[in-house]
Amino acid sequence: MLGDSVKQKLREIVGSQWFKDDKESLITHSYDSTPMLQSLPDGVIYPENTAQVSAILKLLNEHRIPVVSRGSGTNLCGGTVPVEGGIVMVMHRMNRILEVDLDNLTATVQPGLNTKQFSTHVEGLGLFYPPDPGSMAISTIGGNIAECSGGLRGLKYGTTKDYVIGLEAVLANGEIIRTGGKLMKDVAGYDLTKLLVGSEGTLAVVTEAILKLIPPPKTKKTMLAMYKDLYGAARTVSKIIENRIIPATLEFLDNPTIRVVDDFAKLGLPLDMDAILLIEQDGDSETVERDIARIAEICQSENAERVTIATDEAEALKLMTARRSAFTALARLRPTTILEDATVPRSKIAEMVLAINEIAARHNVTICTFGHAGDGNLHPTATTDARDKEEIHRVEEAFEEIFEAAIRLGGTITGEHGVGLVKAPYLEWKVGSAGIEVMRSIKMAFDPNNILNPGKMFAKSTRKRVVLGHA
Amino acid sequence: MLESKGSKSSEGSCSELATTLKNTLNYDQLTNCMRCGFCLPACPTFRETGIEAESPRGRIALMKAVADGLMDPDYAFETQMNHCLGCRACEPACPADVKYGQLLEQARDSVEQHTESHRWWVKLARKTAFEGMFPHQGRMRLLGGALQVYQKSGLRGLVRGSGMMKLFPKHMQQMERILPDASYRGVVEQIGSVHPAKGERVGTVGLFRGCIMDVMFTETNKHTVELLNAAGFDVVIPESQNCCGALHAHSGEQDGARELAKRNIAAFKAAGVDWIASNAGGCGALLVEYDHLLHDDQQYASDAKWFAKRTLDVSKLLVEHGRLQSAAAAAAAASKVQGTAPSCGGGTAAATSAEVSENSAGCGGSCGSVSFASADPVRITYQDSCHLRNVMRSSEAPRKLMKSVANAEFVELFESDRCCGSAGIYNLTQPEMAGQILDHKMDHVKQTGAHYLLTSNPGCLLQMKLGIEKHGMSGKMEAVHLVDFLHERICKE
Repeated sequence: MLGDSVKQKLREIVGSQWFKDDKESLITHSYDSTPMLQSLPDGVIYPENTAQVSAILKLLNEHRIPVVSRGSGTNLCGGTVPVEGGIVMVMHRMNRILEVDLDNLTATVQPGLNTKQFSTHVEGLGLFYPPDPGSMAISTIGGNIAECSGGLRGLKYGTTKDYVIGLEAVLANGEIIRTGGKLMKDVAGYDLTKLLVGSEGTLAVVTEAILKLIPPPKTKKTMLAMYKDLYGAARTVSKIIENRIIPATLEFLDNPTIRVVDDFAKLGLPLDMDAILLIEQDGDSETVERDIARIAEICQSENAERVTIATDEAEALKLMTARRSAFTALARLRPTTILEDATVPRSKIAEMVLAINEIAARHNVTICTFGHAGDGNLHPTATTDARDKEEIHRVEEAFEEIFEAAIRLGGTITGEHGVGLVKAPYLEWKVGSAGIEVMRSIKMAFDPNNILNPGKMFAKSTRKRVVLGHA
Repeated sequence: MLESKGSKSSEGSCSELATTLKNTLNYDQLTNCMRCGFCLPACPTFRETGIEAESPRGRIALMKAVADGLMDPDYAFETQMNHCLGCRACEPACPADVKYGQLLEQARDSVEQHTESHRWWVKLARKTAFEGMFPHQGRMRLLGGALQVYQKSGLRGLVRGSGMMKLFPKHMQQMERILPDASYRGVVEQIGSVHPAKGERVGTVGLFRGCIMDVMFTETNKHTVELLNAAGFDVVIPESQNCCGALHAHSGEQDGARELAKRNIAAFKAAGVDWIASNAGGCGALLVEYDHLLHDDQQYASDAKWFAKRTLDVSKLLVEHGRLQSAAAAAAAASKVQGTAPSCGGGTAAATSAEVSENSAGCGGSCGSVSFASADPVRITYQDSCHLRNVMRSSEAPRKLMKSVANAEFVELFESDRCCGSAGIYNLTQPEMAGQILDHKMDHVKQTGAHYLLTSNPGCLLQMKLGIEKHGMSGKMEAVHLVDFLHERICKE
């Protein structure tokens, strides 16, 4: 619990209207987009600048009070749920674009800036910020940095970490550090920039970021390939990459996902198909035409029923927007959707899809699969009901096996959502006990009192790994 | 660590309101919210404040916390439920298809049963409006008559001259200035209740005349009838219809709304119509949800479905079923136009701008189809009615109609899909937030450089008139109901 004197000091730092401890504020900061998790903080604070963040952390560190920094609460691993209470620090007020440097092609922004507003702004200046997480219309740049968000363009353009080249961050003791800069090369010491990207709010609070921008592609073409055979679609993904073609986007949706997305977006998608691939290529027009033609041939060779090309920009945009709704749209089937992001090397996509379906059948649970197949990042999503405890237990068992299968195929437990609370018990499966130890030491060096997002990333105990024979 | 509870818990202190909320809120809908946040960018109050509790996700979380027994609903809870505009922009944005509007109505209904925050005069005013006025068409007309006397007898000049209006809050003063001329004779009193189609008949439409619409915008109702006739519809106006009940439903007076709905269903059922036409987005949105409103009423449930399925906004009815001509044909027709048509009076004041001509096409011939012409080039823009767009899901039809007017350049208003802050009686109950939202809206409106700002709902229309007045744009731009604009430009081949 927060003592009155600490509350008073917090109010003095930010002004009384920007610290809240009423029941409404606590309830509305007790969750993020992760299903079935809720935990009340003791207070909510809205800093306006780096100096305030520094003063807040210094105070909380002295009193050993936990603090979770939060953007829009769209993450899916429980990363922003304040499991140990304390303070939720909402970064929305720090939402300015401080500078777009047209000479260096960089942007300096604050963490509370909305991702989509930012990318729209730079596109208006004739530049391009590629990371496009599914939640970009809602999410913040700070949240993207904390989780190292991916998105639909990851296979060709990389993810958030590939565009963050400098940071200002506040450490647990209130010290302010600056890393990197407007630099394409910088090897002065350990790469703290990269370390902080994806550190899930456990090492420092990012207060400013320098982002790399690139020239936009000249043209873009979007196509849909439809399959009666799920595995034909999955094999197509691996085959496109084998053929040395890297599309900008290569998304996979299975039949139940197609149905709910169409129910929401009313696009007239083919409901009788087992799977569709949503493919986009960008670049100069000659390359785009050549690649799209070649991809169409590959789709045909894997027995695609139909291949269609979007007629205009508006139609392409509609398709992409609809795809971003898939995760939530699946809630139309059952009230609860539990979404994971087990990721495998791209050549193993077909095997992974097979494994997911076999595991779901064996546990008698419904798991729909969609995702960024082109970079091996699948989203197996269980549709269930949080109120059915027995079924939820079977879902958890199934996901455990899915993590296991991903690792067996040379993959990982999470491609872009982060470890947070949900996958902490499985982190050791991926990084090993020595890996966990070195990570714990890093955490200790940054945050000796464990006030920054405690209870995340490192589990109290690792789940026992049951290695199954090949099915 | 709190796990979300699978069943309604009964822990914690439990006020009567909490019990009512637990019994009223649809727990399945609360569970369906994935908390993904897709509704946040769509929500005007979240946009204005950046506070989670001011978003649909936050409000649902508050409702669920009450249902789960994590929180006893207090005054802040009540305030937050009333802070929502009810614009429903979150619903089309929600991939999970959560029925937020229904949850909000359930919450407000519960709050109204127990609230102690209304002062005696608010209670009296609510009772007078919801029980004494709106349900009674005759009394509404009397009110219209009283207003008409005030506006026409010189009393208004006296009141304004005496400075008496200064006793009222600023937003009330501005509202008084922009109120259109009321009438105590509604559409049926003025033109009768049966109106045959012109030319080839497409079907029979029952006009929903509304209550505010019929007192403040009688001309718009008359123009709606004539537009529908010209497009091939027989129009009947069942006389026993009454207020739709929207203001009741949105203010937590569900029972009152249900009674009004039953009377309307009976009136239109007896009239044997193919469609029911609404020219007010706010009314139409409730009319199309009568099936939900009466879903557990054994006697009325199936008739309510019949009613809801047949209700369409006048613009959609014209576009999807009416005999309309393309813009090209309209342009050709317009070039043949000679003479002037009767100008629109009443509900829409004649154009004040010198740039806007009142010339419009004369109607010739007695068959063929309707087209729209505009003698002098004008620029028009459109503010969506939230309820028309988000509940009746009709945003294309009005635009199609506007784009089919020859010589009228349609300019899309930036964020036309965002609420203007009128939101039923929100601009009276939450003037501060409504004013803030309106100011942002008018910034975008100015950018269009339009002569006419068109809308599809009386509340939005008044709010737009208010905005134009407030931002000193009177004389440069006029807010007009889409129906009136089209009616003035109707021509028949």
